[in-house]
Amino acid sequence: MIVPEGWGFVETIDRRDFLKLTSTGLLVAFAVKPADGALRPVWNFAEQQRTPPDFNAFLHIGANGRVTLFVGKIEMGQGIITGLPQIAAEQLNVPIDRVDCVMGDTDLCPFDNGTFGSLSVWRLGPVLHAAAAEARAVLVQMASEKLGVPVAELTVKDGVVVSRTDASKAVSYGDLAGGKKIERRYEGQAALAKVSEYTIIGKSYPRPDARAKVTGKATYAGDMVPKGALHARIVRPPAHGAKLTSADTSAAEKVPGVRVVKDGDFVAVLHAHRDEADQALKLVKATFTPSPSTLDHENIFAHLEAVDVPRRQMEAAGDVAAGEKSATQMISAKYRKGYVAHSPMETHSAVASVAADGKVTVWAGTQTPFPLQTLVARALKLAPEQVRIITPFVGGGFGGKSASQQAIEAARLAVAVGTPVRVVWSREEEFFFDTFDPAAVISIRAGLDGAKRIVSWDNDIIGSGGRGAAMFYAVPNHRTMTKGGWNNNPAGMHPFAVGPWRAPGANANVWARESHIDTMAAAAGMDPVEFRLLNLKNPRMQRVLEVCARKFGWTPKPGPSRRGFGVALGEDAGTYVVNMAEVKVDPATGAIRVVRVVCAQDMGVVVNPEGATQQMEGCIMMGLGYVLAEEVRFRNGEVLDRNYGSYSLPKFSWMPKIETVLLDNPDLPSQGGGEPAIVGMGAVIANAVFDATGVRITQLPMTPARVKAALGKNG
Amino acid sequence: MKPIAFTLNGVARTVTVDENRDLLWVLRDDLGYTGTKFGCGASFCGACTVLLDGREVRSCVTPMSRVAGRKVVTVEGLAQGDKLSPVQEAFVEHVGFQCGFCTSGMVIGATALLEANPKPTRAQIIQGLERHLCRCGAHLRVVDAVESAARKMAGGAK
Repeated sequence: MIVPEGWGFVETIDRRDFLKLTSTGLLVAFAVKPADGALRPVWNFAEQQRTPPDFNAFLHIGANGRVTLFVGKIEMGQGIITGLPQIAAEQLNVPIDRVDCVMGDTDLCPFDNGTFGSLSVWRLGPVLHAAAAEARAVLVQMASEKLGVPVAELTVKDGVVVSRTDASKAVSYGDLAGGKKIERRYEGQAALAKVSEYTIIGKSYPRPDARAKVTGKATYAGDMVPKGALHARIVRPPAHGAKLTSADTSAAEKVPGVRVVKDGDFVAVLHAHRDEADQALKLVKATFTPSPSTLDHENIFAHLEAVDVPRRQMEAAGDVAAGEKSATQMISAKYRKGYVAHSPMETHSAVASVAADGKVTVWAGTQTPFPLQTLVARALKLAPEQVRIITPFVGGGFGGKSASQQAIEAARLAVAVGTPVRVVWSREEEFFFDTFDPAAVISIRAGLDGAKRIVSWDNDIIGSGGRGAAMFYAVPNHRTMTKGGWNNNPAGMHPFAVGPWRAPGANANVWARESHIDTMAAAAGMDPVEFRLLNLKNPRMQRVLEVCARKFGWTPKPGPSRRGFGVALGEDAGTYVVNMAEVKVDPATGAIRVVRVVCAQDMGVVVNPEGATQQMEGCIMMGLGYVLAEEVRFRNGEVLDRNYGSYSLPKFSWMPKIETVLLDNPDLPSQGGGEPAIVGMGAVIANAVFDATGVRITQLPMTPARVKAALGKNG
Repeated sequence: MKPIAFTLNGVARTVTVDENRDLLWVLRDDLGYTGTKFGCGASFCGACTVLLDGREVRSCVTPMSRVAGRKVVTVEGLAQGDKLSPVQEAFVEHVGFQCGFCTSGMVIGATALLEANPKPTRAQIIQGLERHLCRCGAHLRVVDAVESAARKMAGGAK
């Protein structure tokens, strides 16, 4: 768990501290409504749910006047360690450095389904606003009684309730809350601070984890070293679908300090030192059945099209056939993208320890501590209460740490050897067991009429599901079908696990749609921005587009204008986003150089502008990866890319000039911010490449070889 | 197993270890210096970077035999007590991190870069950090931080 007490100091507190802390003071319990999404079962977690909780966060105010938030969310770099305290501080009228945040600890925090989907500020935020306002109302009421001043005559400044007319009549939150035990359930009755009166929300604050992170003191799961802890290395199959047939561990067993665990096909070697465990693992002679998979990164697209998985209609309006009849031009294209790895810099890591009473504690780098608690308990045949998941700082997640198999492995091994066990996946394990962003084949057939309006849109999405595919252009006749998705795929759809990858599915779907829209603009002989404005009846999106175009300095010109300019529109997590880019393409090598990216975003009330901006910048940089280079290669169940020698993440030299704009929209509550700016990256670059070269590339990533081949064919 | 003497963050240390073991795990597992991170184990990512006699090395592929008699500085050794180094300060000020996992290596890499070239151009900073990976995409902030640290160390305005 993360307790940046006094902003910048990180330490661990345990259950006793929690009970002591909350034995007096004001404790408000509050919940996110299931309909709001935060409690919606995600991914395959439906069957892992425990009894639905009736609240999922606590807010505590103690005798020292400090406010502590207990939330099941985790901090993986996205910065809610700043954003959530800002919300509480705003509504409570306390300085932000008086708010602490305890996160992702199943013993201390109420149930939370996980940290994903840009939900923390978007969905937990409104309830946190209300709970903090409720706490403030309770405290003001208490102050009224204590001071003999009517509530209406009281105001709060920096955590002190004071009479508006007589400054000598004042009492601090700490004095009000101290020595008593007051428990309240959030009822949603208290009046909220008005957006126009915000003094903390909308400002940027230094991150409380900064100092710990630049000095190496910030702890991640792999940094936890309980006394006597052993590193475990697990015998892994060479390919997905290969099964262990034998494991001769006799040579490894002879190494001093090595312990071996064999439990069916789960075989591990353990040593106090990681590198010595690595050496011992190399001594294990294991044999496996061959993988039955015949798929590879080239034949996967034909497989996805052929595989017998039912389609489902995601969305439809009007009559597509009639729309096509009224069209003067039909434009069809098929878009393909490969599997992409999450590849957080911290590999999946967990440390498990079993107490004398049998209670298991697991420090895990996970986005889903509560679902994980259930999974670990089930694996060990324990009650969930017998398992505590503690989430220290997480070294990047991007959806990939929604699955946390490593924690189950650590827990099983800790029980087996009776001493704490550290499981830190190697980079090769990380590439092998990652729940990749699924490969996708997206076929779009769309009609344009004589007035350059889109009159029909028929979208068939295989692999990426429906996120980001909802039609927001004014198209009277449209239909979107999906086959499979990033979750709940039938066996046989993919050769390995796939899962949620930052804005799951939307990267593929927005890329395909916005590429197609661009092709239609060119077919209409129109500037891509003007074509989009003509076909939009959405003032909010039009405004974001216009703001972005102004910032970029876009001047209308039909593509390909040879300027290398691209535009893409997206909607994600309630946020509207427009990206514009300038690229240069080297025809000799096929290399794309992204010179400049401008991103404008309307995310409603911005809690932390610096934090939101950093997320946008991060989205843009991360997006360059899947657009230009990242594709997991595999053959017959074997993952061929296993480290960064062959799989390239975005590098410093790829960095374009990045400019971001946050639109002012005080009328809209805060929307999601962790993912929106990445969804348009495929299209904005593909469209800019088209604008530069006149060649439309319909496969991601746009590697130099693919670009060169496409230029040779069509250029 | 053999005694290997070296200086760690200014303090003389002797460890008795197999000299083929890599510095990263001796730091993390034997000596408890967990600020230095494991990222890829193959010198690609830079998370494990430390200073060896003032130059950046990947501790995940640096055998202890190479460390004998030399000076090692880890991320824990950059600050003087509570006083952050100029590079650390700049990373805080410019928020040159998100998840923080690559940050130890970035800070060390930037320190080595400025040691070798106190007045780098922006292009030289980018080139100098090229072999440090960051998945969160904090690149822009990191480059801004290193530029600012260079200016500050040169005594100029920030």
